[in-house]
Amino acid sequence: MLELPQIYAENIHRWLPELLYYSLMTLKIGFFSFIVAVVFGILVALCRVSKNRLVRTLAIWFIEIGRGLPIVVILYIIYFVPPQLFPGLNWTWFSDFTGAVLGLGIHGGAILAEVFRSGIEALHKGQREAAMSLGMTPAKSMVYIILPQATRIVLPPVGNYAIGLLKDTSLCTLIGVNEIMNGAKSIAFSDYQPMAVFILVAGIYFAMSYPLSLLVRALERRLSTAQ
Amino acid sequence: MSKAGDGAAAGQPLLRIEDLQKKFGDLEVLCGVSLNVARGEKVSIIGPSGSGKTTLLRCINYLEKPSAGHIYIDGTLIGEKKSGDRFIHLTDRELARERQEIGFVFQRFNLFPHLTALGNVTVAPMRVLNLSREAAEARGRDMLQKVGLSHKADEYPERLSGGQQQRVAIARVLAMQPKLMLFDEATSALDPELIGEVLRVMRQLAEEGATMVIVTHEIQFASEVSDRVIFMDQGRIVEQGLSREVLFKPKEARTREFLKHIQDR
Ligand SMILES: Nc1ncnc2c1ncn2[C@@H]1O[C@H](COP(=O)(O)OP(=O)(O)OP(=O)(O)O)[C@@H](O)[C@H]1O
Ligand SMILES: [Mg+2]
Repeated sequence: MLELPQIYAENIHRWLPELLYYSLMTLKIGFFSFIVAVVFGILVALCRVSKNRLVRTLAIWFIEIGRGLPIVVILYIIYFVPPQLFPGLNWTWFSDFTGAVLGLGIHGGAILAEVFRSGIEALHKGQREAAMSLGMTPAKSMVYIILPQATRIVLPPVGNYAIGLLKDTSLCTLIGVNEIMNGAKSIAFSDYQPMAVFILVAGIYFAMSYPLSLLVRALERRLSTAQ
Repeated sequence: MSKAGDGAAAGQPLLRIEDLQKKFGDLEVLCGVSLNVARGEKVSIIGPSGSGKTTLLRCINYLEKPSAGHIYIDGTLIGEKKSGDRFIHLTDRELARERQEIGFVFQRFNLFPHLTALGNVTVAPMRVLNLSREAAEARGRDMLQKVGLSHKADEYPERLSGGQQQRVAIARVLAMQPKLMLFDEATSALDPELIGEVLRVMRQLAEEGATMVIVTHEIQFASEVSDRVIFMDQGRIVEQGLSREVLFKPKEARTREFLKHIQDR
């Protein structure tokens, strides 16, 4: 432990730029898979509360499977299975990055679908009825009345999900994405300094997730005073 | 909405309910209610709790689907259309069109908490009637003024008293310029000292000639405002007639009993 400052003093000028470069990938995966997860989540939540039974059932199964499997399993399946299923197609566009974003996005979609559904259902049915009695179609009442309110309700759990997602991007190292954990491993073992490197990595993760955490808290405060 | 209906208007009631029935599972809540309301008429509905008053109003704008019977507004079927001799349900879009003409004031106001008072009043004119924001706000401010709440246009519902919230809810309905207004115990969720301000607004609407169906426990108000009073019990109309006759000289024993019960309260 005592020699850590010494080690950092000697190596940080090499490690830090490299790790920061890799952490850009982490942020990129986090960002894009968050978008995919939110889009999937909203679509599946709307299906989940649909009047059509088949649509509802499909949504339920998507949710159950998506959150019932470990993320790693989803990543492996998304990344390795399609090329094997359809070997005739051209898979060069399907990078480990694409696989990572899709895999995390699908898993997140299942988690968020339930969050969004509970947000929608938390609203008193009087809100929907008031909207409909004014002549709104179900779709308009969803867009102008229900979703804006549901957004406030779901903001805290969605924020927590985003923070969790940032950390879960580390799993993408397992399908070979060059994100920060992957970079850290190679530095740690080529320089024989696992302790120093991984502590540094922990610091970088924290430096990414803590501002996110503050942002979520600030948003929550703003939304709660906005009404 | 249907011009054909307007043309035939003179003699025909604005609202016509034919043998309306509603069951929730095995529970028969409405057992054949028929009722006509003329244009400009004010009809109050009274009756004990559970007699089906709310359900009747909710069927009129199809928030509740009747089990049998038909409803017409201005001669237009509500919630269904005829195809040959069969009645088929309207699509969501068609139903939404019909509901624009029927204003519903809820017992619990049901204001939209994420919108200001003005936002509550303008959202439907903008999103349903496709008015521009300026036009909708001009109309919305007029309506808020009408209910005496111009100064609260920018407040959110949670900062309004119950009476103010209910008046915004009435303004929200007025902004759609409905042909018919339904009031479901509009004052019974209010503290006693706030009831007067809401009744005042309703009285003013009545004087301006609105067609109103009012479910209420305010006997005094009903006698002053309505042309006709209907007493319901157990899903049926037990007695109806001119308001002073039903309220002050009821023919049916059940009506007398109910009125006595309400006065003793
Ligand atoms: N969605 C529903 N599902 C099942 N039963 C219902 C439903 N809505 C109403 N009921 C029942 O229908 C009956 C009539 O209810 P309704 O609300 O129309 O009465 P009401 O005359 O408005 O009473 P109150 O004066 O208490 O408001 C009651 O027995 C009620 O429990
Ligand atoms: Mg009721």
